[in-house]
Amino acid sequence: MSPATPPVAEIQGLAISIAGREIVTRVDLEIAAGEGVGLVGESGSGKSVTCRSLIGLLGFIGATITAGQVRIAGQDMTSASQRQWQPLRGRAVSLVPQASLAGLDPLIRVGAQLREVIRRYDRGADTAARSMELLDQVHMPRPQRVLRAYPHELSGGMRQRAMIALAIAGRPAMLIADEATTALDATIQRSILQLLDGLRAELGMALLLVSHDLAVIRSATDRVAVMYAGSIVERAASRELFIRPRHPYTAALTAADPALVPRGKRLRSLLGDPPQPGAWPDGCRFAPRCAYRQPRCEQSLPPLAADDGGHAVACVRAGEISL
Amino acid sequence: MTADQPPDAGTEAVLAADDISLGYGGVAVVHGVSLRVHSGAALGVAGESGSGKSTLAKALVGDLIPIRGSVTVHGRAWQDVRRKDPDRRRVQMIFQDPYSALNPRMTARQAVAETLHVVCGVPRRDAGQRAAGILARVGLSGAAIEARPHRLSGGQRQRVSIARALACEPDVLIADEPTSSLDVSIQAQILDLLIDLRVERGLALVLVTHDLAVIKHMTDTCLVMQDGIVVEEGPTEQILDRPQHDYTRTLVAAHHGLPGPPAEQGRSADHGLSADHGRSADHGRSAEHGLSAEHGPTGQ
Repeated sequence: MSPATPPVAEIQGLAISIAGREIVTRVDLEIAAGEGVGLVGESGSGKSVTCRSLIGLLGFIGATITAGQVRIAGQDMTSASQRQWQPLRGRAVSLVPQASLAGLDPLIRVGAQLREVIRRYDRGADTAARSMELLDQVHMPRPQRVLRAYPHELSGGMRQRAMIALAIAGRPAMLIADEATTALDATIQRSILQLLDGLRAELGMALLLVSHDLAVIRSATDRVAVMYAGSIVERAASRELFIRPRHPYTAALTAADPALVPRGKRLRSLLGDPPQPGAWPDGCRFAPRCAYRQPRCEQSLPPLAADDGGHAVACVRAGEISL
Repeated sequence: MTADQPPDAGTEAVLAADDISLGYGGVAVVHGVSLRVHSGAALGVAGESGSGKSTLAKALVGDLIPIRGSVTVHGRAWQDVRRKDPDRRRVQMIFQDPYSALNPRMTARQAVAETLHVVCGVPRRDAGQRAAGILARVGLSGAAIEARPHRLSGGQRQRVSIARALACEPDVLIADEPTSSLDVSIQAQILDLLIDLRVERGLALVLVTHDLAVIKHMTDTCLVMQDGIVVEEGPTEQILDRPQHDYTRTLVAAHHGLPGPPAEQGRSADHGLSADHGRSADHGRSAEHGLSAEHGPTGQ
């Protein structure tokens, strides 16, 4: 990658608040052109809100950026208005939400929804040809019938393909898939992941894959950031992270995955629940649940410090504990 | 399968289904399923949306009477077990979404005490105390036991519903996707609790889930269901390591496929078609796909 190309998206020292409660703290994340980045974390860890900041949708949930910067294709969008976001959405960055009926208008046929979106990006486009091209790109079975169908007539997997077709209609530089495969059956989940991975290669598109499912993240990304209680606790190459986790939380997550633990053995589960968003404990936010906790862990939120290989971890004891 | 029969195959099953067909309004959606659950054993039922696994779970707990065949608890068909019969309580169930299964106006302790009193006949004056004890066993204590469901986390709610299911000391617990709506670390806590309960009480477990990793971790034997029939059954390890049926192979591949990088697939249209197992715009409403069509739009 030439140094002249700015990252497709860049977040620095980001803090986001809702109603005076800071729900995301000091998040740094950079996504290069064509790169696959995973964002993993449990409910309430701040991953969805972080994603929303990358497409200018914070205002709709009453959230505001209180510190840091968001840049899209080199352009500072930290305090951009909806009018300023509009030309970027669908082109610089696009979003596929969780599989559901809500993303499609139930009263309008799929074909009409596609044509409307295609025209938004290109007034003079041959909408019929482009619709078929998009449905082909998302490997939609029976595309002709789908164009005439209403959303409720499609299966969950087909609906998600239709949502992806809408999301890529503007040829975005980055696609954010926020729990895009979560509600789907395993076999369909896999085919949608393969589709996203294929589109990434085919369209040279960056992919930010957000999930609470480690297996999903591991399979389709180059790098992963792990969020806990509103901040990133570890960031590394996907190959590396799940094999050699350095943050006790990441290690606990992998130890809690039934796929990785011998049959019938107790999972090494974390005690307690994650803190409520905004009601964070002092110091390291994982400390109350951490088996390696020491008094100094509660002094301040540890910064995310990277080694030479780019493996970053936010734990004051990272160098001295073996997980 | 013959070499790997469960050791207690000769003994009487706590819960059994003999060639049952199940349906709604006379239309069968589950066909010819037989199974045996022995004391302390763990049976997995794997399958995707619309496979009929939740319908089967309903029949096992006696909430749905088969169109054909029967489900027996300690040798008695559910039809013959009246509401007040002690055998009625032998099989209990927990669900994916404990929030909708709990009364929003009752605290955790009240919910369990109510079950103890109404279902198990424990006098009201003792029920509160007993409820606290059961809640403590499932890991809830202090302020949490006096909280209403909306104040509890997803994991805590599932603990309340497990406590309620345990109130009458059942022999079998049917768990329908018990951890599917929970985060990874909380899922692990609930699965650990189920393992412990199985060991300490000899509780048999029927675990219904789409998650093969959970099936593999928790069960001794399993059934794989597709479109209302059992396509494969046997010892869990054997089925997941050496699946014989095409559908089981697809399912196992989807799971094994996830941890590694996805297989490089060309732009063949067929993986999209086959992965959606035949559901499509024009099939969505036909009778044989009725169930999957039902689950498509509403199952989110």
